[in-house]
Order: sequence, then structure tokens, then C-alpha cells
Amino acid sequence: MHETIIGQVNAISIIFFLLFVLATLGITYWAAKRTRTTKEFYAAGRSITGFQNGLALAGDYMSAASFLGIAGLVSTKGYDGLIYSVGWLVGWPILTFLIAEPLRNLGKYTFADVVAFRLSQRPVRAAAASGSLITVLFYLIAQMVGAGTLIKLMFGLPYESALVIVGVLMIAYVIFGGMLATTWVQIIKAVLLLGGATVLVIMTLYQFGFSYGELFSQAAKTYGDKFLEPGGLVTSPVDAFSLGLALMFGTAGLPHILMRFYTVPDAKEARKSVFYATGFIGYFYILTVTIGFGAAILVGQKLITGIDAGGNMAAPLLAEVLGGSMFLGFLAAVAFATILAVVAGLTLAGASALSHDLFVGVIRRGVANEKDEVKVAKMATLGLGVAAILLGILFKGQNVAFMVGLAFAVACSANFPALLLSILWRKFTTAGAATSIYTGLSLAVILIFLSPTVWVDIVHKDEKAAVTTQVKTLEDGIKAKIAELEKIKSADAAKAAAVDADMAAAKTKAEAEIKEAKSKMPQPIFPLKNPAIISMLAAFLVGILVSLMRPEKSAEQKFEDEKLRTYVGIGAE
Amino acid sequence: MSVHKTAHDILQDPDFKKLSGQKDTISIVLTIMELLLYFGFIALIAFNKPYLAQKLSEGGATTIGIPIAIGTIIVSWILTGIYVRWANKKYDTLVKRVRNKIGG
Repeated sequence: MHETIIGQVNAISIIFFLLFVLATLGITYWAAKRTRTTKEFYAAGRSITGFQNGLALAGDYMSAASFLGIAGLVSTKGYDGLIYSVGWLVGWPILTFLIAEPLRNLGKYTFADVVAFRLSQRPVRAAAASGSLITVLFYLIAQMVGAGTLIKLMFGLPYESALVIVGVLMIAYVIFGGMLATTWVQIIKAVLLLGGATVLVIMTLYQFGFSYGELFSQAAKTYGDKFLEPGGLVTSPVDAFSLGLALMFGTAGLPHILMRFYTVPDAKEARKSVFYATGFIGYFYILTVTIGFGAAILVGQKLITGIDAGGNMAAPLLAEVLGGSMFLGFLAAVAFATILAVVAGLTLAGASALSHDLFVGVIRRGVANEKDEVKVAKMATLGLGVAAILLGILFKGQNVAFMVGLAFAVACSANFPALLLSILWRKFTTAGAATSIYTGLSLAVILIFLSPTVWVDIVHKDEKAAVTTQVKTLEDGIKAKIAELEKIKSADAAKAAAVDADMAAAKTKAEAEIKEAKSKMPQPIFPLKNPAIISMLAAFLVGILVSLMRPEKSAEQKFEDEKLRTYVGIGAE
Repeated sequence: MSVHKTAHDILQDPDFKKLSGQKDTISIVLTIMELLLYFGFIALIAFNKPYLAQKLSEGGATTIGIPIAIGTIIVSWILTGIYVRWANKKYDTLVKRVRNKIGG
């Protein structure tokens, strides 16, 4: 087994990282002069081209957690990791077909602009801002905790220092450079990540004579045929379906993704950008899966899980094996950059919900001058950034993997139904929108809390562990007893009948004891790991029923203007 | 003429009806295709694991499941490509025609 320098202070990765920071701060300085009005702060003056926005969307979406996590999952679980990666792409076509263009035509800076287009501004904006903020906060906490852990693993930097560095940089990008700096941070990161992963894949495939067949047969030789077959990932079809819904429709309700469509000049560029983004992201997942299989063979599962049980270091380890400490340093710096680009996008989306929707839309009833709004947006950025650092420290060492799932559940239950109904349905009302958002939001949060992922694995963690240990002790006990009896039996054939009876009795007793122990296992109150199937459907139902119960004439009258703008873009900003 | 009435008139225009009708149809059809594609894949995993575990070729190790999973990613992208191609060619022309009518 080879040595690794992962986890040590690595001069090369620090140099690469400093280069990235210098370049991005330079861009921020350049962008600061172009970030004065609200249009510039939230939407980069709508100056981004479709291709650039495609890269930036990819940079906003491809997180370090998905790069390192999926490569790790594939390297340790094989085909199941591949199944998992597919789910992260399938929301993008839905976003293209249903949301991207109407969103661009109807809104200004946030998706709440669209929902509130022909409804009462204050209640709808308050509701939509709540949905946005909860989505952004959970996503942000998961990213921050992941960032601290990963940076500690890769650079040996203390968790808290890592969070402060990430937090301060993201605050600087957003406050001074607004959307323009954030966009270019995301574009540079996307290019580095796609480029780095491409080089890593070429180096990997070189080892197998550029043949995927060879790669897979080596994988099967080392880890058995099972490695290339579906395993235990999908056990309950309902659960898999529910998670699938969250991934498919949640992507179309992520505020930091939706916000990016306002940075392009028109609906045509919005449509192009989502096509490029889907291509980049799909390509990236295919690369990541290849890296995972390559790492399983060339690094070996033993070393990968020895360094991090979750397998998160599979990709950096593979880079080290194939390209030495130079390439490892580069890839580690890219992972750091990846984290920065995602958290900057999230912070900007959260800040715009606070300033554009809550401050201007709700508190100031839609009347505020440019200067005030930008000032509040910058204050909100600072507040969110500090909150993100503190929350990251608060949740240190906690299992936060469920939070990304929760963010998607809230996005598909609170944000997506209201957004879609407001675009498509003439009879949608203010009360319908607000109740739909609050229903989706509260159901998603409550049901996740009562689900196996939180209620059993986190809230009743200790009871679960106690039962698991007890069951294991009982099982080991009966195994030992049987082995002992078998020995007696083979030593003395005359006692065989008596021993058999003993053995049967011992087995029955042990089975009863194990059953008794297992019955104390904490049970989830809600059986599914992801609540989307319930919470999203409920949000649609409530939105439709409440709207039908009390029609809103003024909203209905404005629908024709909205429809014209949705399809033709007349009056779009 | 009030703005509202204008919008109402344009919505009755055959060109606008054609434009919105075609866009709705293609959006819904492609959305359903994407849903079938992904949930079909999930259904295969849930109900027919042995199918996905079959070897692609005699003596090889690659299972059918691997090109199916990668194919799901690629087909998803192709579907967005179909939509964008249609919109760039057909939809934008119709939009231009309707916009000219409003302008003229």
C-alpha cells in the first residue's frame, strides 16, 4: 500500500489555492465598480451570455460534496454510486421545459417576483421568502459543515479556521462584487473542476488502455461481479420514488439556481444556458463515476476507507497515485474553490430573499430606492455569512447529510408548486399561493424530522446503537453456544440426540430474545426517508383547493397580461 | 385601447394560439418523457435487478445496468437539446411574428 500526503499541510495546494483567491479577489475588485444598482447587484446587469451562464449554473450546482462524495460512493459501493449520481441530473430537463423561460420573462431578481406577479405582493412575498430562506439555510449549513470537514481532511487545517476562511471570502465576493463577481467565481470554478476531472479521467483510462470494458473487468476481478450490479441502495420503491420526485422537481425550486436566469439578457439566452448547464453537469457526473471506479482499482478501497470512512478522499487519492503531489495539490485547491463558488451563490440568493422580497416587498410595501435596497442586500449578505460560519461551527461533527435532502424537499414542496401554478393557472389566488407554500414548507420540515433519517438515526441515535449492540451480543452468544454444542456432539456420538434437543431449545430461546431486543428498536413516526411524495402533492392540492374556494377577480384579470409576457416576453425586464 | 384589451386581443390571435399551443404540447410531452425515463430506470432497479445485472457480452464484466445509467444521463441532455433546438428554430420565429403584429 502506498503512502499518502493527504491531511498534511501541502505547499503546492496552498499555492494553487492562493492563486485562485488572488484571481477571484481581483475579479471582485473589477466587479465592485460595476455593482452599484440593484440590477447589477442581483443580476450582474443582465450582461452574462447563455454559454457563460451555463458554466456558472454548473459551477453553482456541482458541489464539492457531490464531486468527492459521488466518487467516494462509487469507489466503495460500485454500481449503487452510479444510480445515485443519475438522480442529481434529472431535474435539469424539467427546469428547461417548464420553468426557465417563463421565469426569465416574468421576474426581475427572485422567483418570488413570478409568484407575486398578479397576486397581492405582501403575503405572497413573505411566504416565498420563507421558502427561499429555509431552502438556502439548510443547503448552506450542509455545505459549511462539509467544507470544514473536507478542508480538515485535505489540508489538515482546523475545522473552525476553514469555516472562517470560507465565510470571509464568500462575504467579500458577494458584498463587493455582487452577482457579477459570484458569476465569475462560479465560471472559473466550473472550468477548473471540469478540466481537473477530465485530466484525471484521461490519466485513469490511460491505465486501462482507454477501454471502459477493461476498467470494469478489473473492477469485477478485484471486488466481484456484485460491484457492477445494483445492490441495496433501492430497497423500498416508494422511498425511491419520493426521493426521485424531490430531486426532479426540487432542482426547479432552488432559489440560487433560479436566480441565475436573471443574469442573462432574455428568455432565449436563459433557455440556451440551461442546455449548456445540463451538458456540463451530465458530463461531470460521468467523469466522477469513472474516477470512482478508477480509485477503487488503482487506490484500493482499503486505503480510501482507511482515510475517511465515507470514501470522500477517493478522488484526491487517485490524483495523487496518478499525478503525484502536484496533481493532488491542484485538485485539493479545486475542491476548495468549488465550495466557495457554491456558498457564494447560496448567500446571494438568501440575501436577495431578505432584501428584495422581505425588506422591499413586505416591510416597505414595494417602495424603496435603489441605494437603500442595495445597502440592505449587503447587510443581509454580511448577516447570512456570519450566521453560516456560526451554524457551521454549531453543527460540527453532526450528521448533516439529511439537510441537502431536506433543502430539495422544501424546494420541491414549498417553492416549485407555487411557481408552476402561478405561471400556468389562471385561477391561482393569493391565499392559494401562501397556503400552498406554507403547507409544503411545514410538511417537508416536520416529516423529515419524524423520518428514519432524523427521528431514528439522529434523535434516537443512542437507543438505536444500544439495540444494535444488544442484538449483536445475543447473536454472537448463540453462535458460540452452537459451536460448543457441535463440538460435544462430534466428540461423543452417544450424546447426539440429547445435544440436538439442547441446541433446538437454545436456538428457540435466543430467537425469542433477539426478537424481544429488536422490538425495542426506535421506529420512525413517518416511514419515508424523503417526504416529497406527501409534501409536494399536499402543496399542490392545498394551493388548488384554496384558490377554488375563494376566487380572486383581480388576479384572474391580470392573467392575460401575464400569459402574453410568459410566452412572448413583452414587458420582460 | 387599454393594455388589458390589447393583451386579450393578442391572446385570441391565431398566431399566438399556435405559439402557446405548440409550446405547451412540446413542454408537456418532453416532461413526461423525462419522468418516464428516470422513473423507468428506478423501477428497473426496484423490480428487476437481475435484468440490470446481465453481462453485456460473453466474458466481459460490464453489466447492462452501466450503459442504462449513463444513457439516462445522456438522453436527459438530448431531450433538453431537442427542446432548445425546436425553440431556437420554430418558437422564436413565431414569437417574432406575434411581436411584429403588436408593434404594427
